[in-house]
Amino acid sequence: MSYRIVGETGEWEVVVGLEVHAQVTSESKLFSGASTEFGGEPNSHVSLVDAAMPGMLPVINEHCIEQAVRTGLGLKAKVNLYSVFARKNYFYADLPQGYQISQFEFPIIGAGTVILDMPDGTTRNIGIERLHLEQDAGKSMHDQDPRRTFVDLNRSGVALMEIVSDPDMRSPEEAGIYVRKIRSIVRYLGTCDGNMEQGSMRADVNVSVRKPGDTELRTRCEIKNVNSVRFIMHAIEVEAQRQVEVWESGGQVEQQTRLFDPVKGETRAMRSKEFAHDYRYFPDPDLLPVKFNQEYVDGIAATLPELPDEKKQRYMADYNLSAYDAEVLVVDRETGGYFETVLGRGDKGKTRDAKLAANWVISNLFGALKAESKTITQSPVSADQLGQLLDLISDNTISGKIAKTVFEEMIATGKEPADIVAEKGLKQITDTGAIEAAVDDVIANSPEQVAQYQGGNEKIAGWFVGQVMKATQGKANPGMVNKLLKEKLSG
Amino acid sequence: MSLDRETVRRIAYLARIRVDEDRLDKIAGELDGILDWVEQLSEVDTDGVEPMTSVTELTSPHRVDVVTDGQCPDKVLANGFDTFDGFFTVPKVVE
Repeated sequence: MSYRIVGETGEWEVVVGLEVHAQVTSESKLFSGASTEFGGEPNSHVSLVDAAMPGMLPVINEHCIEQAVRTGLGLKAKVNLYSVFARKNYFYADLPQGYQISQFEFPIIGAGTVILDMPDGTTRNIGIERLHLEQDAGKSMHDQDPRRTFVDLNRSGVALMEIVSDPDMRSPEEAGIYVRKIRSIVRYLGTCDGNMEQGSMRADVNVSVRKPGDTELRTRCEIKNVNSVRFIMHAIEVEAQRQVEVWESGGQVEQQTRLFDPVKGETRAMRSKEFAHDYRYFPDPDLLPVKFNQEYVDGIAATLPELPDEKKQRYMADYNLSAYDAEVLVVDRETGGYFETVLGRGDKGKTRDAKLAANWVISNLFGALKAESKTITQSPVSADQLGQLLDLISDNTISGKIAKTVFEEMIATGKEPADIVAEKGLKQITDTGAIEAAVDDVIANSPEQVAQYQGGNEKIAGWFVGQVMKATQGKANPGMVNKLLKEKLSG
Repeated sequence: MSLDRETVRRIAYLARIRVDEDRLDKIAGELDGILDWVEQLSEVDTDGVEPMTSVTELTSPHRVDVVTDGQCPDKVLANGFDTFDGFFTVPKVVE
């Protein structure tokens, strides 16, 4: 189903491209030895290089280069063996240099592709135009004082990767899935923590609209610095709607930089500064071009982990999981690792039932974690323990229904499943004699229902099963109960 | 090259240098002179010549990723025009 905005003149298509700014995971900054740690006293993680004192020279952090190459490989993108840092000139109080060191003509990473898994099971390929390295700016605080803006340079000079997509997205939903996918990939790679609340990932969103079937792009607006997936999707929705109204009222959409106000649910133009976009890029004379060889790239490629797309394919092929189940399990490395431990790492023949394991992780575990606001690494139930619980189901020690009770207890106490079963006497009754006695008892006490059953009301069989389960505190093996009831009621 | 007054005004604005209206023509002439002088470089035929970034064959020096700097807010703030509680302060920037 294509996303369309219905205006007065008919339907409109939305065209979206994203610039995702992802903070490189590193100890020190892109061009200085100051710490990148989040928080900290104001201006304490700042060297004289970051403060742009006269005479200070930038020196590139080799780990940041490696992280950018690693990310490029994860995005299936072209790695450029030659790239150049350039100065992007503009004045702002939190940019002490008066320019941002970025890359312009020669970025470190060129074209690539990201695959989106859509909810209907299909996939969409989104083009990556480029990835380049650049410095973050400092932080301005406008609300601390009536007359002054406070400036903290702790973030100044922290390495960012700007990942620029092609204008390939056609709905807010696709943009949301794209950002989540980028976040998943960089987290797998360990190149960015993807933490949008702390600002480690944020996006500039380019939006335009056109008539379905048109091939020309219309004028776009750029919504700056949106810092959550939900806001990105919402911003696209309201901005596209605004543009449709402008075109339909006979106006022209102006190329603008806009801000999204999540409280009012609208975008508004930033106060347009004359010439604001005249950045006058030129190669930074303080820095030599970055050059490396293919062996360096191959060496990094050899250390890449299995990425979500490959893991998903493997889960579908080796374990017969549905596309949906596989996607949910590969969302991050920790979840995939947890699932594989639940599955057991023995020979292929010895792994536990994959569908059962997937169901328990996705429905029961995720549900419980969500209720307790915990992540999978904080799970009170370890993957080994969940695996043991599945063994108790598979060898008929407990029924699937009792297993849910045991699981709740595991979440609450962290105890071993076998101990809980023993302590609470939850072991399934598989002794024919005991079940038979319970069945006989129920039949003897329910002449009315027996008559109904024998009169042809077979639906009442379920009621009998319920009574027997009740009498055995749910511990009777359901298969055996059914079988015995059928025999005795018909007999 | 011939710069007009508008271009000079714009260059001055981008550099945040105040130039009074009555000096625009004079500065346009001076900048023209500089540009003409640089323009002489284009007389040299550079077809097929690799761009040179340095007269010596330098490769970019690298830094290993360890924290070696920072933790000196007093030094960083020493030249601040106005500071408060560890922050630089500037006249309010309202977006």
